[in-house]
Amino acid sequence: MSGPALRLAVELDGDGAHPAAWRRAAHSPDHLLTPRRVARVAAAAENAGFTLLTLDDGVLPPGSVPDTVGRIGAVERAAFIAASTSVAGVAPVVPLTYAEPFHVSSQLASLDHISVGRAGWVVGEETQPEAARAWGRPLVEGAAARASESRDGVAAVRALWDSWEDDAVVRSVATSRYLDRDRLHYVDFTGDTFTVKGPAIVPRPPQGQVVVLGHPDLVPAEQLDVALVAGRGLAAVATAAAGAGTPRVFAEIEVALDTAHATAEERVADLEQHAPWTDRGRLRHVGSAAGLAALLERLRGVVDGVRLHPLVLDEDLPELSRLVLPHLFERRHAVRPSAGATLRTHLGLERPANRYATAAVPAGEVTR
Amino acid sequence: MTRTDPLDVPRPDAQLHLGVFFQGVNHWTIWSDPASGSQIDPASFRKVARTAERGLFDAFFLGEGLRLREVDGRIHDLDVAGRPDAITQLAALAAVTDRIGLVSTSNTTFNEAPDLARRLSGLDLLSEGRAGWNVVTTDNAWTGENFRRGGYLDHADRYTRAEEFLTVARALWDGWKDGAASGSPGASTWAAPGAVRRVRHRGAQFDVDLAPTLPRSAQGHPVIFQAGDSGEGREFAARNADVIFSAHGSDFDDALAFADDVRRRLLSAGRPEDDLRILPGTEIIIGATEEEALEKKRWIRLQQVTPATALGIAGLLWNRDLSDRDADGPLPKEDPVVAENDGSFGARRIADPYTVVAEWREKAEAGGWSLRETVIALGPQRGHVGTPAGLADRFTHWVRHGAVDGFNVTPYLIPDGLDDIVDLLVPELQERGVYRTEYTGTTLREHLGLREPLTHRSTTDGRRAG
Repeated sequence: MSGPALRLAVELDGDGAHPAAWRRAAHSPDHLLTPRRVARVAAAAENAGFTLLTLDDGVLPPGSVPDTVGRIGAVERAAFIAASTSVAGVAPVVPLTYAEPFHVSSQLASLDHISVGRAGWVVGEETQPEAARAWGRPLVEGAAARASESRDGVAAVRALWDSWEDDAVVRSVATSRYLDRDRLHYVDFTGDTFTVKGPAIVPRPPQGQVVVLGHPDLVPAEQLDVALVAGRGLAAVATAAAGAGTPRVFAEIEVALDTAHATAEERVADLEQHAPWTDRGRLRHVGSAAGLAALLERLRGVVDGVRLHPLVLDEDLPELSRLVLPHLFERRHAVRPSAGATLRTHLGLERPANRYATAAVPAGEVTR
Repeated sequence: MTRTDPLDVPRPDAQLHLGVFFQGVNHWTIWSDPASGSQIDPASFRKVARTAERGLFDAFFLGEGLRLREVDGRIHDLDVAGRPDAITQLAALAAVTDRIGLVSTSNTTFNEAPDLARRLSGLDLLSEGRAGWNVVTTDNAWTGENFRRGGYLDHADRYTRAEEFLTVARALWDGWKDGAASGSPGASTWAAPGAVRRVRHRGAQFDVDLAPTLPRSAQGHPVIFQAGDSGEGREFAARNADVIFSAHGSDFDDALAFADDVRRRLLSAGRPEDDLRILPGTEIIIGATEEEALEKKRWIRLQQVTPATALGIAGLLWNRDLSDRDADGPLPKEDPVVAENDGSFGARRIADPYTVVAEWREKAEAGGWSLRETVIALGPQRGHVGTPAGLADRFTHWVRHGAVDGFNVTPYLIPDGLDDIVDLLVPELQERGVYRTEYTGTTLREHLGLREPLTHRSTTDGRRAG
């Protein structure tokens, strides 16, 4: 199968996708929550040629005892990574189940300024009732209620990103005006459970709108730039991708590769002694680098990109970097991002016009 | 230069601490000059932070806004506005600086304690112990219009919530025993059994129950700053803060009176009187001669207080739209309008405009001043003007007599406004032995010479008391 070259994303939270991944990490647990570790993994992924680095998050501990119970907030890690990398996009997972959309909007717009247009956002959710008690907020109960918070939250955040027109800062010495207030807009957002007045305190992000990624069952398609779709087989992924209705679709793939020291099967089996590798209904490749490259080639034309979830970052990232990505880049089956471009550019997405723009723009062009 | 005679002064070994405040909404940052740079470009933040670090400053501060300023229901368009989220920006600066403290102004009214405590903790870990938190509160429903909860908090409850907020935050910061995460790759469990303590808190403002996800940083806790000048604010600082910002940094007697008041309150709160660093905000204007410095100050004031800004400031005092008047003409003849709510938010409110206007008229007449000259002359007297040597002598005197522990400098130009302070003033201070010649610690708490976090004081193993 052939199609446009794939864009490659990788999830970098913790020590890897397996709950017990820390047992095979190249460092002791107390080094996980350090800036050196955060920067080192991001640098390895950027150098490998990934277009996007994502960082999982949630208010509860990432795992349960005896596994990893520590995690630095994804927005803080993303900002740190943005300042220590130069090419890759950076997307924290930020759930809106309990968070304030105004704060989330400011944080992600700031990340886009900090990274000069490399910010993304994976819309998450807090599914466990315990998360409400951890936040100290009333429980948002059930999938429908969580989806409603996400839908309204994303809509409010997106409106806030547009609440400053691109040229709202005029610095007009002649009139003494720093701002043109006609280019600032109250969003007056009204959702089911909250309202937001606006405008934002952060000027419009460099990309106009930060790239929004999410699962179609959580966020309406018209609010997503990239749908993250699952499916245990190619057919299921193809069906989900065909029905996503979003500008771009990425397939979620869990990956365990053969290494010089152990086969992928052996590595998985080793960790399975300690904890099960949770089945999230995603594609899973356990095997050789060549096998993964072949799988990715088959996904061309089915999806626009993939997000890889490596079993153990310290083991699988080097293999991806050494064997898989170069193979794909050489054959132009995947695209390596180039310096100086925004994440939108890397994903082939246009910079959206501002919905509030006062300059005359034909109505048909104001869509995302 | 000779060192001040140790016998003459109460604090012969006192050291001056410097911070830099990258201001958000304000008219003191000159934006109209060709030398002024972007207020949002990451390069501006990087430049200021790195210059401050080159100058061995203690800290870099960011303010916070939760709604754009308005006057009479319209967005105020004269001042610098638009800024990044503070903690997000500071986490980025953690990656490109090594020693300087990174302090975020973060609001206790429109945040939830577990969420904000975790963000600050993350900043503290990513900077390896350089985080600070300037605790601020808001009570107005106008700001609340941007948040789920709206304007739900009574004025009187602001500090009640802030204090409970801090209690929850500190419990979370103390939730992990030292060495909780294993130092061995082959450990049988990621964290030592029982090393993470759940935090259960039920109070008037917070009802939370969670397992914290972060260890303490190299400095224990983020350093706590407080900036409120009211009696309530000073009491809050005396009970909770490590550093107090103030507006008492231009007149020696005023600064000393403030410092003495703060020290009394500290003793009443059961803390040593040197437990809190006093860092007034200040502007520092440097010239090769006194005359040159004064000339520079005149130029700076005219850039800061443009005709439109002068009319805007006078408009707030008169509570009238004066934007069509001549700023270089006389003061308005009309009386000020006194209203319960004048529709202006985010700006300083004037308690008794009649008295202030009468004073302005009297002084303007005596000085022969235009409205703009009056606004400049009678506005807040910000900071210090002089030669590097003269300023160094003055600051040495101030700090050794206990009027301040240092200053939080507000540069009038971004991003190069610190350059002459670092290049010219700092060496003079070092020559007088009142300023460090290198960083001796790695954490913000060490830079400021602070003791252990307040919750760590009464136990020997560093864990939370009680």
